[in-house]
Order: sequence, then C-alpha cells, then structure tokens
Amino acid sequence: MLIFLNHLINGISLGSVYAIIALGYTMVYGIAKMLNFAHGDVIMVGAYICFFSVSSFNLPPAVGVVLAVLACTALGIVIERLAYKPLRQATSLAVLITAIGVSYFLQNGAQLLWTSNIKMFPSFFSASPIGLFGGELKITIAAIVTVAACVVIMLGLTWFTGRTRMGKAMRACSEDKAAAQLMGINVNATISMTFAIGSALAAIAGVLFCSVYPTLTPTTGSMPGIKAFTAAVFGGIGSIPGALLGGVLLGVIEIFASAYISTQMSNAIVFAVLIVVLLVRPSGLLGKQVREKV
Amino acid sequence: MKKIRLSKTNRINFATFGAVILAYAVFQFMSGTGMLSSTIRGQLVPICAYVTMALSLNLTVGVLGELSLGHAGFMSVGAFAGAVAAAALPIDSDPLRLAASMVIAALAAAAAGTLVGIPVLRLNGDYLAIVTLAFGQIIKSIMENLYIGIDARGLHFSFLENRIIFRDGGRMLLNGAMGVNGIAKISSFTAGFVLVMLVLAVIFNLVDSRAGRAIMALRDNRIAAESVGIPVTKYKLMAFVISAAMAGAAGALFALGQNTITANKFDFNTSILILVFVVLGGQGNMWGSILAATFLTVLPETRAMRGLADYRMLVYAVVLILVMLATNNPTIQDFINTRFRRKKKKGGAAK
Amino acid sequence: MSEQQKNSYPKPKLVPVPSTNIIPERDVDKRPILECRHLGIDFGGLTAVDDFNMAIGRTEIAGLIGPNGAGKTTVFNLLTKVYQPTRGTVMIDGRDTAGKTTIQVSHMGVARTFQNIRLFGNLTVEDNVKAGLHEHTKYSALSGIFRLPSYWRKEREAHERALELLSIFDMQDMAGYQAGSLPYGAQRRLEIVRALATNPSLLLLDEPAAGMNPSETAELMNNIRKIRDTFQIAIMLIEHDMNLVMGVCEGICVLNFGRIIAKGTPDDIQANPAVIEAYLGRQKEA
Repeated sequence: MLIFLNHLINGISLGSVYAIIALGYTMVYGIAKMLNFAHGDVIMVGAYICFFSVSSFNLPPAVGVVLAVLACTALGIVIERLAYKPLRQATSLAVLITAIGVSYFLQNGAQLLWTSNIKMFPSFFSASPIGLFGGELKITIAAIVTVAACVVIMLGLTWFTGRTRMGKAMRACSEDKAAAQLMGINVNATISMTFAIGSALAAIAGVLFCSVYPTLTPTTGSMPGIKAFTAAVFGGIGSIPGALLGGVLLGVIEIFASAYISTQMSNAIVFAVLIVVLLVRPSGLLGKQVREKV
Repeated sequence: MKKIRLSKTNRINFATFGAVILAYAVFQFMSGTGMLSSTIRGQLVPICAYVTMALSLNLTVGVLGELSLGHAGFMSVGAFAGAVAAAALPIDSDPLRLAASMVIAALAAAAAGTLVGIPVLRLNGDYLAIVTLAFGQIIKSIMENLYIGIDARGLHFSFLENRIIFRDGGRMLLNGAMGVNGIAKISSFTAGFVLVMLVLAVIFNLVDSRAGRAIMALRDNRIAAESVGIPVTKYKLMAFVISAAMAGAAGALFALGQNTITANKFDFNTSILILVFVVLGGQGNMWGSILAATFLTVLPETRAMRGLADYRMLVYAVVLILVMLATNNPTIQDFINTRFRRKKKKGGAAK
Repeated sequence: MSEQQKNSYPKPKLVPVPSTNIIPERDVDKRPILECRHLGIDFGGLTAVDDFNMAIGRTEIAGLIGPNGAGKTTVFNLLTKVYQPTRGTVMIDGRDTAGKTTIQVSHMGVARTFQNIRLFGNLTVEDNVKAGLHEHTKYSALSGIFRLPSYWRKEREAHERALELLSIFDMQDMAGYQAGSLPYGAQRRLEIVRALATNPSLLLLDEPAAGMNPSETAELMNNIRKIRDTFQIAIMLIEHDMNLVMGVCEGICVLNFGRIIAKGTPDDIQANPAVIEAYLGRQKEA
C-alpha cells in the first residue's frame, strides 16, 4: 500500500511538471491554433540558463530560476515575432514545419554553445525526504515543491484568464481573432503575451524536471515536450484544466506502468492509453466537442 | 484501343518518370566510372529509401490530406521485417532475396498500417496526428524490446526479455535494443530505382482513378464526399495502408544497405524529417517530394556543408525556417500562382 | 416572370393523402418518395425542429421556406442524417431511415447541395462530377492501379456521362477547370450537377439561387423544371427568393421556429395570414 502511495506521489509530481509544460502548448494552441513543437526545447534552454547561473556564476538558485524565466520569456517572444507571426495566414502544416525548424535551431544551437556532454543539474532541494507514517512513506522536497508550483500556477492562470483584462483578451482571441480585433483588442500583443507566459512556464518546468532527472543535454527537452504535448491533447487541447488533468494523469500512468508493468514499455503504455482515451472521447477528456456546421 | 487525349496531368507524370529514369542512368554511369565520391555512392541507396518514404508520406499528407507524425514507424516495421527475412530466407540469389524481403516488409508494414488505421479513422485533424505520433512511439518501443532468433527449427520470438533457447546452432537476428547486426548488404541502387519507379507508378495510377478521386474528395470536403455516397472510412484506410506498405518496402531497402540497424534510427525525428521533405516539396506534388528528399539527404554530405562542420545542422534549421517563411509570404505566393497555376476561369471568384 | 408565363405552365392539382400531407395528383398512385412523420430534433435544451410532417410525391417540386433560423437546413440535415433525429421517422421510398448514416441515405437515392457550397475545390469540374458517379461507375482500386481493361472502359463511360450531365447547364467546356476557381454561380450549378450524378430519386437543393441575379434565377427555374422532367425525380428546395419558390414549386411547406405553420400550393401560402405574419410581422393596431 505504501509503495503504491509512493508511486502515486512520484506520478503526481512528474505529472505536475508535464502539466506545466502542457499549459504552454494548450495556451498557444488555443490562441494561435498552432502546435509549437519548439516548446520542449525552450524547456531545455531554461534548464541550461539556470544550470550555468548556479554552477558557473555561483548565483543562488532563486536568481538562477528568475534568470531562466526571463531568458525564456524573451526567447518565446522573439521566436513568435520572427518565425510564427509572418505565418498567421498560412496553413497549420506550414507553421508546424517552421516550429520544427525552430526546434532544430534551438537544439543545435545548444549543442554548439554548450556541447552535448551531459551536465549534472544541481539539486536545489535537500535530498533527504520527509518521512510519514513512521518513515515508511518518503516524500521528497522536490516533489512537494513541484506539485505546489503546479497548483499555484494553475490557480494563478485561472484567475488571470478569468479576471484580468489581458486574460479575457486571450480568451477572446482564441475564440475569434478578427472579432477581438474589431473590439479594440491588440491581437499581436495578446499573442506575444501568450507565448511569453508559456515560455516562462517552460523555464520553470525545465528547472523542476531537471531537479528530479538531473542529466541535462541539448535533447533533454524533447521527450518531455512530446509527452506534455500528448498530455495537452489528452486533456483536450485548448483547455487549461485539461492540461492539468492530462499532465497529471500522464505522469501517474507513466510511473505506474514503469513500476508495475515494465520500465522499458512505459512510454508505449502511456501512448496506448492516450489512443484508447481519444477513441472514446475524440476531443480529449475535457475538450469541447465542436460540431461541424453543415 | 481508342487514343486517349493526354491531359496536362499525364504529361507531368510522364515527365516525372522520365526525369527519374534519366537521373538513374546518369548516377549509375557516374558511379560506374568512378566519378562519384564514395560518400555519395554510399548515399545512393538511402536516397532511394528516403525518396520512397517521402512519396509514401505524400500519399497520406498530400493526397489524403491527413497529417501523419509516425510514418517512421512503418519504415521501422519494414526495416526489421526485411532484415530478418533476408537473413532467414533460403534464397541464394541476392536480388531475388532482396525482392522477396522487400515484399515481406511491405506486407508487414501494411498489416501495421491496418492496425494503426482502424483506430485512427474515427479522428480528424490534430487528434489524428497525435494518434499517429503515439503509434510511432509504440512501434519504436516494441521494436526495442523484440527478440527474434533463428535455428534449424525455424524462427523464435521473444518479447521484453531474451528467453530464446537455441538448439542445433542458432543465432540472434533481432536483438532487442541492439537491433540487427551483421546484415549482408544486398541493396543496390538499381533496386532502389525500381522501387521508386514502382511507387511512383502506383501513386500516379491511384490518383488518376476512381479510388484516387474518392480519396481526394474526402480530403477536400469530407461532408460532401459522404453526401455523394463515398465510403469515407474505406478510402481513408486504403490510402493509409498503401502508404504504410510503401514505407515498409523503403525500410527494407534501407536496412539491407546497412551493417546494423537499431530501433532508434526510426524515431520521431525521422518521421519529422520525412514530413519536412513532403511539405517543402509541396503537398500532393510527387516530383517535389523526390527533389526535396534527394536534395536534403545529399546536402549534409556535400563538401560545402561538411565544411561548415558543426554549424551544418544550425544552417539547415535556419534555411528551413527561411524557406517556410518565403513560400508562405503572400506576395511570393501570388507570383507563383499567376505564373504556374492550372488554368483558371478568367475573372474567377476566389474560394 | 410575366403573368402569361406563369399561367401557361400547367398547375397541378394537389390532393390530400392520409395524414395532413399533400402531393401532386399525378403522383397519387405511387408511393411518396419522402415521408416524414413527427420528425424532431433537440440540441441540448433547444428544440430546433418539432413535429415535422411532410410527404413529397415522386415527381413533385416541393418548397421549404421560412424566416432565417427557422430550421430549414436543419430539416435537410435530418433527412440526410448529418444529424440523427431525436424523434419521428423519415421514410425514403417507403424504407425507414432510422439509424442510417449519410452515406447509406445517399445510396438510398437522396442527393443534396449545401447552403455554403461544398465542392471538391482542388479537383477539376469533371472530377467533381465523376466523384458523384462514384457509386455508379465502379471498378476496383486494383483495377485502377494496374490499369486493367475495366479501368479504361469505366473511365470512358464516366467521362462521357460527366460531360453529358454538365451539358444540362452548358458547362461541358469548363470540364478541365479547377472547381475552386469557378465563379460563384458556376460553383452552385456544378454542385447540382454533382448531386444529379448520384442518380437520386430525391434532390435536395439548399438555397440554389443564393447570389443570383433575376435572369440567372429565371434560368435556374427553367433548369429545375427541366431536371424534373428529364430525370422524373422529386426536388425539394429551400429558398428565400419568392419568385423562384412561387414560380416553380408545387407544394410548399412553411417553417417558423422549427414548426410547420402552413402547407399548400403557392396561392394558398401567399394568402395565408400566419405566413405573412412570420415574414413581415403583425400589422399594428390602427
């Protein structure tokens, strides 16, 4: 039973990281109707920035995180302006390929700058876990921080999109850009803001992910990116609660599959579950069932 | 037989065939007279394989109009099926064994395509794409954990762990994550050329037929296709399975030109690579796929690019982004449309 | 349309059939091609169509009119199973269509055009028509790939049939043009040709005259009659152009807020106060 709970906690913790990444995908999809394949690599960049801040410049971890967030936010805005904005009228496939180009660019740029030697991400949290139930159930500080961060981010985003002007502008743009523009909303600024938020979240996710899986290479962001993207679709692409649900479920399924069925096949099982869910609910768990107008 | 008036499409098709035949003749000549560097010569078979992959993916993306992000999975199935078949088949003649292996690979990939196609059919757009991505990952995981061995009693299979016990002197063919080793390289440029020609012929003939019209109709407007009674599911599956079979044959060709193949050679990155070929060459444009696949496979190996050494992939990425930006720029698009587009009614209203 | 033209075309006598439906007298011996009884659909809490009863004679030209949002296209969608009805039955040529799909209903002989034109934009005009011929000029995919004799034979058949159908609207010279590049009116006509290619017993036209000028509309009226007379099929139109409706339709059904408010000949409908109120509103008390 306690082992089960251990796995559950690990799953929720990993899932929280996926959820944070998935949020970036889902928000950008909601507003720009594009799948930002470069998102996973922004995570990697954030992790590297933090790594170098702490290891090479001996800055305190909090500063490292802030720097990573700032760098990624800037990166996200720049990418959007240079590579995606000119393609707003293009087919979604064209934008997808461009996003892939950006992804290649980031990965290879990182490789040139920082080599593909594995960097060991420093642990920010004390390694000794908190013991409950007489020391049987071990919860790492990292796990607690991760889940807490995810909850805070979710609540913050829900408040932001529901209550603030910019948040409402985002929701308007994701419904109908042309109409939003006619209402006086600055669509360009809103889209840039969305990318900024998504990228900032990516930086945080990068730090959290590497706290648990400390090997850092230019391709570190790739697999979590794919999985988080899957989680976003799983939960219903475009839905913020969907990203949370999808991410956490995916993390839990991954850990349980790895523990109880097979570590080697855990990825396959995760993807298989996704397929089954999409067959039953073709728009994802919380996705809108959009009826095509005939 | 009544003379068939050649329409413009037919002329383009024949031109494409002609160009491929010409290219083959030229390259074969250059290769034979030692004009090609050994690097390029070594790339001839992979080029044919990637061209076939691009053509087959174009059938799904360009003709059927659905995004597939797991195409490398079918290549993978074909590669391993082909490699195992080539090692196990008791055929002495290399070309015959190659041909048989490629056929087996195509059938195996077609079976995989059917398995994937059935769940995929219910979905559309981005969700379909995600499911193809998921299947690509699943296939990769399966191949990494599959063990196949052969001895006097025949083939033995094992999954997740290698529990194969040999009698009468056997050997491992597929060794899980280690892949297949010691492959006898029986692929040839000629075989690659034949494959490309066959695949082109099948695609052109399919597109210019009742089935092809049905597939393109459901791409252009699924609801309208249903309203004229076209069985949408059947044709979606058809396109998918044919595309998978071709990818499988390409995989076998590729594998039998290498010493070793492992499952991680056919991962998401490979799927994306092929997708880039198709999009750059133009969706539905077979000639474009051939050019893009050839050019982009050869390009990293040329002296110019090798000179850039580490910056090679970075330059590739930048060029890719710039090309996408350029081809989707409205000014440039209008230019292309007015010069090269098919006949339009004068003063035709926009869609 | 002049009075003379209107009067010179023989007006059919409408007779009631069991239930409150009416069909042309000449069709009364044959089974109605379409019969709807108590057809209705709810979308969540909203009832879009309710208690829709209608019969169409085998060679009748019927009209379905009503203000915007009345549910007319929804009725078409119910007949073609784009939506599954919540209640009621639809019988095509006496066969119940419960549980059937759009594709199956098409095979039963129902063809339609769409309010927002749905052509196969990247295909040629001829290929659009050939797509309509899909279920009638058949050969296997393998035959197409390997170019067996049946391919050549059937393709020639399809080609000839397509040109024949296009000639109804004098469009045979446009056969090689890309469908998506045609002018609006031509696209509408092509959609009708494609629907006819499926050899239907019932043709549903959704606002066929939308965007047409009066001379084009008059031509369309003649073409609709020509189609009915040549193919001996039933046609149902949704239309807002009253000249067209009153000029060509034999039996008209008026819909408002998802319910039928009147049924009858053009003369009946034009005089019906409920219809006038639905379109123009009630006259204010003096």
